[in-house]
Formats: sequence, structure tokens, C-alpha cells
Amino acid sequence: MYPLKYHKPAALADAIAALGAGEEAKVLAGGQTLLATMKQHLAAPTDLVDIRGLSLSGISAAGGDVTVGATTTHAEVAASGEVHPAVAVLAAGIGDPLVRNMGTIGGSIANNDPAADYPAAVLGMGATVVTNTREIAADDYFGGLFTTALEEGEIITAVRFPNVERAGYAKFKQPASRFCLVGVFVAKTADGARVAVTGAGEDGVFRHEGLEAALSANWSPEAVEAVTVSPDGLMSDIHGDAEYRANLIKVMARRAVAVS
Amino acid sequence: MTEVTMTVNGRKVRRDVPDETLLSEFLRESLRLTGTHVGCDTTQCGACVVHVNGAAVKSCSALAVALDGAEVTTIEGLAPNGELHPMQKAFNDNHGLQCGFCTPGMIMTSVDMVEKAKAAGKTLTEAEIRHGLEGNICRCTGYHNIVKAVAQAAQEM
Repeated sequence: MYPLKYHKPAALADAIAALGAGEEAKVLAGGQTLLATMKQHLAAPTDLVDIRGLSLSGISAAGGDVTVGATTTHAEVAASGEVHPAVAVLAAGIGDPLVRNMGTIGGSIANNDPAADYPAAVLGMGATVVTNTREIAADDYFGGLFTTALEEGEIITAVRFPNVERAGYAKFKQPASRFCLVGVFVAKTADGARVAVTGAGEDGVFRHEGLEAALSANWSPEAVEAVTVSPDGLMSDIHGDAEYRANLIKVMARRAVAVS
Repeated sequence: MTEVTMTVNGRKVRRDVPDETLLSEFLRESLRLTGTHVGCDTTQCGACVVHVNGAAVKSCSALAVALDGAEVTTIEGLAPNGELHPMQKAFNDNHGLQCGFCTPGMIMTSVDMVEKAKAAGKTLTEAEIRHGLEGNICRCTGYHNIVKAVAQAAQEM
């Protein structure tokens, strides 16, 4: 790893200042992706600003919403009785137990890996990403691969999940990495069904209109059958081509509804 | 350079290290605790697992400076009086290793898994043990004897 300067501010204002002062400063949370990327020299920040000293960890429920602090680990979310069980199940399937003890929700969605789990939960639940400056609806937050609506110097402080009637998550793991070959998060909300797909899209996580329409009309695994999932815009790689992923989206959607 | 203070295997240590020093490098190179192995160095294989503040983590994927003040236990800390920890003994009894490279990480992950299960009043099933070892890769044993060892140690811990 290239030399760097480490900062661990105790106040949000100091973290923002450190991010602005560094030549190429990056936020460090659990580090389970960032440090590996730096070791491979795919990223070479001059400064790391560790936000684990900012008391951004913890889960709280209020008025039907559940707020998960940015530096809450996957293990903490997996063990939580406050988040929706589908979100807890999703967190319990990220990486492996060791990664879950360090990795954070804020880190996962800030990175927006196209095969990460959390983007599916955040988009599928219609959550709100809370930063130091504003609140961003999940629908406006995720950009393309590794791209989000976050601006320079903006720090995620929490993710707020609304209450939904039902929700479920099903994931087909890439057997070596445990990343999603395809993951589908379904949620039944007062405004209809939401279906978020991760691991499959060339532009990262996305909502599937056809599946949402079918499940809004009839919330059942069978309702998925009649939906056509096009391979257009899906990834093809050595693990599976776009047609294979398109089929897996239907299979995972069916399973996700079944466990909801 | 930044001064880092940790309690490692019950002993207070203080070293000046570059900020980019990984916990695995700190343990192996600064403290000469070479029982912690580095296999893949890419957060996959689990050979470098240690306990930090009571949780098993991959030491190749944490910065030493970020863990200032932490309590760390390595494989060397499991047998402070020369008597094997029940998990170590179980790996020996069940031939849970061949080359031994992954073993320190396997044992540190397994100890955390069993301690968490005990704290929750649960008995680990074989499936749970296999799921709990997802982050530790062994290329020799085929895992069967490792799983047997963890099950045995869970009875004895």
C-alpha cells in the first residue's frame, strides 16, 4: 500500500475539514473493500478520514422508520430485532462472518459495488440516505457502477428505512466470492411493490418495472411467472451470461416473495 | 509515523508505525507474532484472523493505527501457559489440518463462533459451523475434520 496519512476526527465538522484539506482524501469506515482496493493499487488516497470516531453507529426506531447509523456493522444489523427481518437476513449473508464484523452499511452504499447486497435493500425498501448536508431518496441516490449522488466531501451519516407491509430477499451467490450473481429484494409498500435487482445490471442496482407491476397486482411467487425479464443491459462474465442472469432474476424474485 | 498502543494477548504494546501499516503487518513484523499468517492478503482466505475487542476479523484488512487502544488476541494468546486451548486440542484430535497454514485463522474464527453461540445459549449445528467458516479457506483437508474439530471443541469449551 502507498504511504498515506490517517485521520480519526471526533466531530463531523473536523471530518469534513480533513476531507477538504487532503490532496486526495477518502472516507474510511469498515475498510473491507477500500483497504483491499488500496492494496491492489486500484485506489491511492493520500489521506484516510476514519469516521468510526463520530458516533454514527447504532440502530433506532421512531415513528415506524428504522434508522441505521452509517458505521453500523453488518453483524450488528444481522443481529438487530429492530430492522425488517429481510434487511437482517440480507446483512447476515454479506461476505463472511469476519467481514461482517468490520464492514458497514455506509461503506457498502457509498461504494455501490454492482454486486453488493445493501444497494438492493436500500433501493427495494425505498430508504432514505442521510448525509451531513441533506437527505437523498434511494431512487435518486444510486448512479452507475460505483457511482452515487454523493458530492465531494459529503459523508453518509445514516440510512433510514420506512416501514413496509412485507419484504423479502433472495440471493444467488457467486460461490467463491459470496458476492451476488443475482440478488433480488422485494417489498410490498402502501404505494405498490418495489423490486430491486443487484449483481445483474451493467449499471448496478436497478428497479424492475415488469416485476413491480405484476407483484403490485398479485403479491405471490406465481405472479412472477408471467413477467418477461430481458437480458438487455445485464452483465455477462465468466460466471454467467446476460440470459442466465435474466432467468436468475425471476428465480430470485420468486424466492424473495415466497420468504416475505 | 504514528504511535499505536494496543493490548495484545494481555500485554500492553506501543510502537511507532507508518499509517498504512496493516494489523497483520503490525503483529508479524513489529511484534514478531508470526502465528498470524498472511495468505491471500485480499480479504478472502482468513489465514490472518485475530480477535479485536472480542470479534474475529481479518487482520490484513484493518489498519493498525485505526485500532489504537484495542484489545487483540492472536493464536499465540490462546495457550498462554503452554496448555492447548480446547479448540487447538480438538484440531489435533480430529486431524483438522494438513499443511497447517490456514489453521491459526481457522481456530480464531472457530473460537469466536463457539463463544458467540455459547453466549446466546445455542448449540451449533454442522450447517452453522460450515456457514461460520465461510471466510476461512483450507486447500488441504476438505473441511470435514475441521468441522468435526469445531463440534468437539464446542462441547469442551
